[in-house]
Amino acid sequence: MASQEILREEPSRGSFINDPKIRSLFFQTLVVVLLFGSIWWIVHNVIDNLQRLHIASGFQFLRGRAGFDISDTPIAYTSDSTYGRALVVGLLNTAIVAVAGIITATIIGFIVGIGRLSQNWLIRKICTVYVEIFRNIPPLLVIFFWYSGVLAVLPPPRESFHLPFGSFLNQRGFYFPRAVWGDGAWLIFVAFVVALGMAWFVAHRARQRQMATGQQFPVFWTSVALIVGLPVLAFLLAGMPLTFDFPKQSTFNLTGGFLLKPEFLSLYMALSCYTAAFIAEIVRAGIRGVSRGQTEAAGALGLRSGPILRLVVVPQALRIVIPPLTSQYLNLTKNSSLAIAIGYPDLTATAGTVLNQTGQAVEGVLIMMIAYLVLSLVTSAVMNVVNARMALVER
Amino acid sequence: MRFVNGRQCTGNGAGSWSGAEVGAAFTHEKDQGCLGSRGACKAEKGLWVMKHIAIGILGAAALGFMASAASAGTLDTVKQKGFIQCGVSTGLAGFSAPDDKGEWQGIDADFCRAVAAAVFGDGTKVKFTPLSAKERFTALQSGEVDILSRNTTWTINRDTALGLNFVGVTYYDGQGFMINAKKLPGVNSALQLSGAAVCVQSGTTTELNLADYFKSNKMEYNPVVFEKLEEVNAAYDAGRCDVYTTDQSGLYGIRLTLGSPADHVVLPEIISKEPLGPAVRQGDDQWYHIVKWTLFALINAEEYGITKANVDEMKNSDNPEIKRILGQEADTKIGTDLGVSNDWVVNIVKAVGNYGEMFDRNVGSGSPLKIARGINALWTKGGLQYAPPIR
Repeated sequence: MASQEILREEPSRGSFINDPKIRSLFFQTLVVVLLFGSIWWIVHNVIDNLQRLHIASGFQFLRGRAGFDISDTPIAYTSDSTYGRALVVGLLNTAIVAVAGIITATIIGFIVGIGRLSQNWLIRKICTVYVEIFRNIPPLLVIFFWYSGVLAVLPPPRESFHLPFGSFLNQRGFYFPRAVWGDGAWLIFVAFVVALGMAWFVAHRARQRQMATGQQFPVFWTSVALIVGLPVLAFLLAGMPLTFDFPKQSTFNLTGGFLLKPEFLSLYMALSCYTAAFIAEIVRAGIRGVSRGQTEAAGALGLRSGPILRLVVVPQALRIVIPPLTSQYLNLTKNSSLAIAIGYPDLTATAGTVLNQTGQAVEGVLIMMIAYLVLSLVTSAVMNVVNARMALVER
Repeated sequence: MRFVNGRQCTGNGAGSWSGAEVGAAFTHEKDQGCLGSRGACKAEKGLWVMKHIAIGILGAAALGFMASAASAGTLDTVKQKGFIQCGVSTGLAGFSAPDDKGEWQGIDADFCRAVAAAVFGDGTKVKFTPLSAKERFTALQSGEVDILSRNTTWTINRDTALGLNFVGVTYYDGQGFMINAKKLPGVNSALQLSGAAVCVQSGTTTELNLADYFKSNKMEYNPVVFEKLEEVNAAYDAGRCDVYTTDQSGLYGIRLTLGSPADHVVLPEIISKEPLGPAVRQGDDQWYHIVKWTLFALINAEEYGITKANVDEMKNSDNPEIKRILGQEADTKIGTDLGVSNDWVVNIVKAVGNYGEMFDRNVGSGSPLKIARGINALWTKGGLQYAPPIR
């Protein structure tokens, strides 16, 4: 007891210089002061230098007329729009290619990752070759492969490949008919939403029934019937309010229809293929990370291999898979800035043009950094929610 | 025919141009070309993207860390380090491009040599920094280069909001369109281009003029925009777009690098004024005056017939105007008032010749480009090149 008392008393007896609490407080304060001091110094210096060099500063330029055109505009944009709107167009283009890429990469990644564990020798080897090829090539080269190697060698507009359903493929992109909805089309959408709700309800009740009685219900086929059947019924009821706008030949290009440009296609394909290779490895690691005893135990309980994968292995594997998956999603989003090399108007390209036309480098780079930071934080936040739902529930 | 940059649209095209004359390293326009093979270019591209982004950040950082106290004048800094840092393009034949020995050639490069000759009496005291269209202004603003001599169009925005001062015009250019006549028979005017896909380089005045032109003529177009000149060339050659637009002098040059130059025609319309000239930072009047009067000295030298070959004889000329220009007037203070030696014009002409010699050697009759003087002729010969008097 005596020794403990001495230990407890000792710090207060020494000089306050030796007090660990005061020391740590002092150093923490020092670091904070230094950090904010240097930030303030840099900001102050930037403003000072900009004024000295007579360079315009501030963010008023965002309201100025942009004056240049952008090839892909998900929202209305002309050269009369503002620089701010041009940046939003760039941000949306980045978001579109990132979301499309993430979805496709995840699908390819899961297929290839599970394929690498297949019993079938051919499937296993094909998946291995896929992963080794795409994982070991820089993403920029994959983009060039798609852009210069695949899409640029397609025929010119006048000699387009004719594909089924009035679609065309040429070096200007992939043209397909655009659906034009007539009056009453809202009914189809409502039917679709109702069908989704009903499918969810059926699944919920089926699970309750299985828990209570052990009887199973064909949830999958019922849901498919609902989700496809109801909108089709609504479509017929509303008097088939759907026409198609087919692409047609004009002087220079095909006009009408919907066009996916080669810049978007090659970036999207490249990012999907490249990231899918990494996701495949993560998925394989996740499945391998589930103890073999789990599979054997499930087998001993009489489950067949399908349900074993679906009900026992994958839910446990997902806990391992999701955190590194988040990193891959962030990588894909940031890699989309490589679009600059093939002329897809993503955020980097658009902000770069704005930066150059206005000459406001500091603001331009700052906006780019903040935009990518926000995109990444949003992706992380969404994935954290998913992760929290998947995590092992401890009782 | 206002602009006579090169020969006007000749329909079938090849004319007296030959691929051999021009050489493989022929690229043109407001941004860089890539001088290596296409494969090498692609390998460089990743690096280039990084560099392009890095220079923005570095420029921003440079502004942050630069001492905010008033720095010494550019002339003193330049004299102290012993050379002029000159921002040029990354390879634009006739304006600034390295030759097979790695020496920078072209009007823009020679202009920097002229300034070096004025300051040091030695035209070789120049170091060149190749800059892309996007990097150029940041590089000048942040002090990475002392002069930006990089086929850059003089506009009010660049003179005011960007904190630059253009010193004058070294080359009067204008924007035009080029199409593949074989693929698009019957198109002989830019006004027939509605609906076309147009290849253009981003971050240039060309991009803005293009938007304005199609808008004012109520035509639609499909912009295909690239950062790098080499990319635009490749895309146009591959048929990704129907039309190529850039400065006319550039179109003639680019045509020669295409697969079959004879198939391509430059349309007659010129849709913009593109006065290309060197620029310096604002806020240093002495340096601004030295660079500006170097240009005027070059033009005045041509006007008074002072050439590289005869400059030493001209010193003894009876013409008081010539004697004054060459600093031979008794007790002259013209050079020292400017901040250089009194024989500055002699040094300039000895280093690069007069404006006319510089033009002929790099883009005119003595070069593979063979562009006619046109509006770049002296005012006495019906052109626009005019310099205030040296007195």
